[in-house]
Amino acid sequence: MSPTGIAVAVLQVVLSIASAPFLVGMMRLIRARLEGRVGAPIRQPWRDLRKLFRKERMVSTNTSIVFSLAPLVLLASAALVAGIVPFLSTTSALDQVGDLFAVVYLLLLGTVFLSLAGLDAGTAFGGMGSSREMTIAAIAEPTLLVAIFALSVSTGSSNLGAIVADTLAHPSRAASPASMLAFSALAVVTIAETGRIPVDNPSTHLELTMIHEAMILEYSGPDLALVELAAHLRLVVFLGLLANLFFPWGIATTAQPLHLVAAAGAVAVKLIVLAAVIAVIEVFIAKVRLFRVPELLAASFVLAFLAVTVSFFLV
Amino acid sequence: MIGGALALAAGAALFAIAVGAVLPVRQRVVWVGLFTALCAGAGGVAAAAVLAGGNTFTADFPDLFPLGGVRIEFDALSAIFVLATAVVAVPAAIYGIGYSARGPSSRPAQVAWPLLVWGVMMVPAAGNVTGLIAFWELMALSSFVLVLAEHHHNPEARTAAQWYASMTHLSLLTIVLALAVLAHQAGGDSFTAIRAGTDHIGPTTATVVFLLSLVGFGAKAGVAPLHVWLPRAHPEAPSHVSALMSGAMVALGVYGLIRVGWDLLGGGPTWWGATVLAVGLVSAMFGILHALISSDLKRLLAYSTTENMGLVFIGVGAAGMFASSGNQPLASVALAASMLLVVNHAAFKGLLFLGAGSILSATGTRDLDRLGGLARRMPVTAATFAVGSLAIAALPPLNGFVSEWLLLQSLVHSLPSNAAVVAVAMPVAVAVVALTGGLAAATFVKAFGTTFLALPRTVEADQAHESPRTMQIGLIALAGVCVALALAPTALAAPLQRVSLAVGGLADGRPIHTNGVYLQLSGIEAGLSPLLLATGLAVMMVAVLVVVRRGRLRRTVRDIPAWGCGRTVQTARMEYTATSFAEPLQRVFDDVLHPEIDIDVDHRTESRHYVQAIRYRMHIRDGFEHRLYLPVLSVVRRWGDGARRVQNGSIHRYLAYSLITLIVVLVVSR
Repeated sequence: MSPTGIAVAVLQVVLSIASAPFLVGMMRLIRARLEGRVGAPIRQPWRDLRKLFRKERMVSTNTSIVFSLAPLVLLASAALVAGIVPFLSTTSALDQVGDLFAVVYLLLLGTVFLSLAGLDAGTAFGGMGSSREMTIAAIAEPTLLVAIFALSVSTGSSNLGAIVADTLAHPSRAASPASMLAFSALAVVTIAETGRIPVDNPSTHLELTMIHEAMILEYSGPDLALVELAAHLRLVVFLGLLANLFFPWGIATTAQPLHLVAAAGAVAVKLIVLAAVIAVIEVFIAKVRLFRVPELLAASFVLAFLAVTVSFFLV
Repeated sequence: MIGGALALAAGAALFAIAVGAVLPVRQRVVWVGLFTALCAGAGGVAAAAVLAGGNTFTADFPDLFPLGGVRIEFDALSAIFVLATAVVAVPAAIYGIGYSARGPSSRPAQVAWPLLVWGVMMVPAAGNVTGLIAFWELMALSSFVLVLAEHHHNPEARTAAQWYASMTHLSLLTIVLALAVLAHQAGGDSFTAIRAGTDHIGPTTATVVFLLSLVGFGAKAGVAPLHVWLPRAHPEAPSHVSALMSGAMVALGVYGLIRVGWDLLGGGPTWWGATVLAVGLVSAMFGILHALISSDLKRLLAYSTTENMGLVFIGVGAAGMFASSGNQPLASVALAASMLLVVNHAAFKGLLFLGAGSILSATGTRDLDRLGGLARRMPVTAATFAVGSLAIAALPPLNGFVSEWLLLQSLVHSLPSNAAVVAVAMPVAVAVVALTGGLAAATFVKAFGTTFLALPRTVEADQAHESPRTMQIGLIALAGVCVALALAPTALAAPLQRVSLAVGGLADGRPIHTNGVYLQLSGIEAGLSPLLLATGLAVMMVAVLVVVRRGRLRRTVRDIPAWGCGRTVQTARMEYTATSFAEPLQRVFDDVLHPEIDIDVDHRTESRHYVQAIRYRMHIRDGFEHRLYLPVLSVVRRWGDGARRVQNGSIHRYLAYSLITLIVVLVVSR
C-alpha cells in the first residue's frame, strides 16, 4: 500500500462524490429538453443537497438505530467502491483489497441496509419499497456475477486493475463476442440496479409504482441528502465500471499528476456519453410493470451466460 | 497434549451425563451446561493443536466392543470439523444453561445433550469403520431424544421425531452398507488398512460404495431431496440443540462424503464430482427458496441450512471435478472454500439459532408475522442477530463473504477448460451461487426486518424482555467468532492447507497464500483483504459521520411520528409482514413453488359491493416431499394394511400359519 496509491484512491472517491450530482443534473436537463421543458440547471441536484444538509434532522419515533445507520453504510459502501474501481488510474491502493466480486457484494450491502431502513419506520410504503428493491437486487445478482465470470475468463483474474490492464494490452478483446455480450448484460443490470427507466422511475410521484423512492419516503433533511448523494454516487460507480471495464482507454497506468488529469478528462467524457445515452433512451420508453422486470433480467442473464460459454463453443 | 485434551473431553462428557442423571433440576442445568462446554472446549483445543502442528493423533481401543475395537485417528480433516463443532458447541452449552432453566430441563434431555456434543465431536475422530458407526449412532440417538425433549407441550415434535428417526436410519443403513462393502473389499476395518487396500477395489464396487455413501451422508447433511427431516426436526428441538444440529451435525455429512469418497476411495471419475455438484446446486436453490417464503423463523433457518450445505456440496463437487481432470491446485482452493464455509456456517448458523431461541423464549412464538419491534426491547439479541444475518447473506465485511468469495474464485477460474461439461456446469454453478446469495440477502432482510424493526405486531412481542445473562454470553461469543473469522480468515490459511493435504484424492500444496492481511490463492491472480475492506468501510463511515452529524450517530434528533400519507394513526396492522415482503419473489418463482392460495371474501348483508372480511390463506408444499415421499409412504401404508389382514390377532389363525409352515418345511426338506 503505497502513499501514492492511497492518494489516487482518495482522489477517486472525492472526485466521484463531487461530480455525481452534476451527472444526475445533466441527465435531468437532457430529459427536460427532449420533453420540451426548460428544465432545472445542471447544478440543481447540488443545490438540493446543500439545502437538505442544512435542515434539521427529524426521525420517526418508530425507528431503531438501523434507520440512522443505513444512510452512513449506504454512502460509505458506495464511496469505498469508488475507491476500488479504476476510474483514474490502475494504481489505486484499494485494487488488491477487493476485486469485482467484492465490489458487487459491497453494493449489495448498501442495498440491504437501505431495505432494512425502509422496514424500520413500519409504514406500508417503506415495506413495499424494501420488498421490491430486494426482489430486483436478488434477481440481478446472477447476471452481475456471471458477467464478471465472462470478463475474468480471458484475463484469468477478477481484479479490476488486471482486467483493465489486460484490455489495454489486447485492444481486440474489447470487440470480442464475449466482451460485447457481457457489456450488454451489465448494461441492463446497471439500469436495474440504479433504478432507472424501464425498471424504476426516479422522478415518480405515485407511491404505488415506486421502488427506490418508496423505500426512502421516511427520510428527510440531512439523512435524505445522504441517501440521495449515495444514489447519485452509485450511478457514477456503475457507469464508471461499464465505461472502464470495456473501454479503458485514457486511464492512467501511473500515478503522475498529468496522467491523472488526462484520465479524469477521459472518464468524464465516457460518463457523460453513457449518461446522455441513458437519458435519451429514458425519454422514449415507458416503465415496465414490476412483474415484467424479472423477464428483462432473465434476458440479461442469458446474455451473460452466453458471454461465458461463447469463448468455449466458438473456438 | 492432543490425547490429553481428547481424554478430558470424554471425561467432561461422562461427568456431565452423570450429573445430568443425578442432580436436582436447578443444579443439573448449570453443571451439565458447564461440563458440556468444557467437553467441547477440550475437543476444540485438540483440533486446534492438530491444525497448528499438522501431525495426526492415533489411539487404539481394540476390545471396546465384542466384535471390533474403536480406533481414534485425528487428522487435519477430522480437526477442521471438530473445530467447527467446538465453535458452536461451547457458546451453545453456556446458552443452554439459561435456556434450559425455562425449557428442556428434564433428565433425559440433560443426559442426551452432553452425549450429543461428545458424539458429534467424536464422529470425525473415529479411525475405523466400527468406531465411525458407533459414534454416528450415538449422535443420531441422542439428537433424537433431544428433538423429542419438548413433545409434551408441542405435538409437532412427535411427527418431526418420526421423520427424523426414519431418515436417520435410512442414512445409517446406507452408510453401514457402504462401509461394510468397503471394509470387506479392502480387507481391513481401520481407515489405514482401507487406504492401503484401495487397489483391490474394482471401479464398479467403488461406484456402489460412493453412491451409497452419497445417499447416507447426504441425508445427514440435509441436501435435497433427502432434506425432509431437517425443516421439521430443527425447529422442534430446543434452540441450543438446533444450533448444534444445524451448525455442526449436518456438516458431518460432508465430512463422511469427503472421507469415504476422496480419502478412503482416493477419488473417482469426473462424474462423481459432477453428481455432488448437481446435488449441491439443487439443494442450494431449493433450500433458499423455501427459506425465503417461510414465516416460521426456525424453519427458515433450517431451510437455509439445506442451502448452505448445498453450497458446501458445490465446493466439494467442484473440487472433485477439478481433481479428476488433473487441476489439483484449483481443487484445493475449492475444498478450502467449502471447509471455510463449514466453519463459518457453524458460527453464523449457531448464532442465528441461538438468537431465534432467545426470541422464542421472550415472546413464545417463532412466527415472523407475529413479531416486530424487538430491536429496542432486546438490544443484545438484535445486535448479534444482525451480525449473523449479514454474515449468512455473505455480505462484506463479515465472514460469510470470505468463503463465498473463495468458492466463486474456484468456480470462475475453471475456465478456459477443454471439457464441455465444465464449460456449462461452472457458469450454471456461479449463477446458482449468485442467485442464492441474492435470495439469502432478501431472506435475512425479511427475517431481521420483521422481527426486530418497526412496531410490534402482537402483545407478546410488545412485552418482550432481553434474555438472561448466560444466553447473552452465548450470543455475544458466537458473534465475536463471526467477526474474528471475518477480520482474520488469514489465520486459517495454514490449517486449510493441512486439510487439503490430508485428503488423499485431492492433495495439493497451499490453496491460500497470505501475509496476514491479504488473501491470495495458488495459481490464481486475485486478491482480497477482508481486514482492509472492513477498515475502509469503517473509515468512510466515520468520515461521513464526522462531516454530516459532527460525530454523533443520532445528533439533534427531533422525534416525529412516521409519515402516514395523511392518516394520523399508524398501527402495526399497516406494516409489511414477512409474508408480504416475500410475495414479489414468491410470484417470480411461482412455477417452482406452486403455492396454493385461497381467498374468501365475505360481503355485508346489506350490499354485495361492501366487503366485510377477506381471508387469505397460502400454503406452499415442499415439492420433494409431496411428489417423492408421499407416494412411497402411501405404498408402504397400503402394504401395511395388507399385512394387517394376514395378522388379525386370532390365535387360531396363527396356529394354522404354524401348521402350514411346518408342512411346507417338511415337504421342502423332505
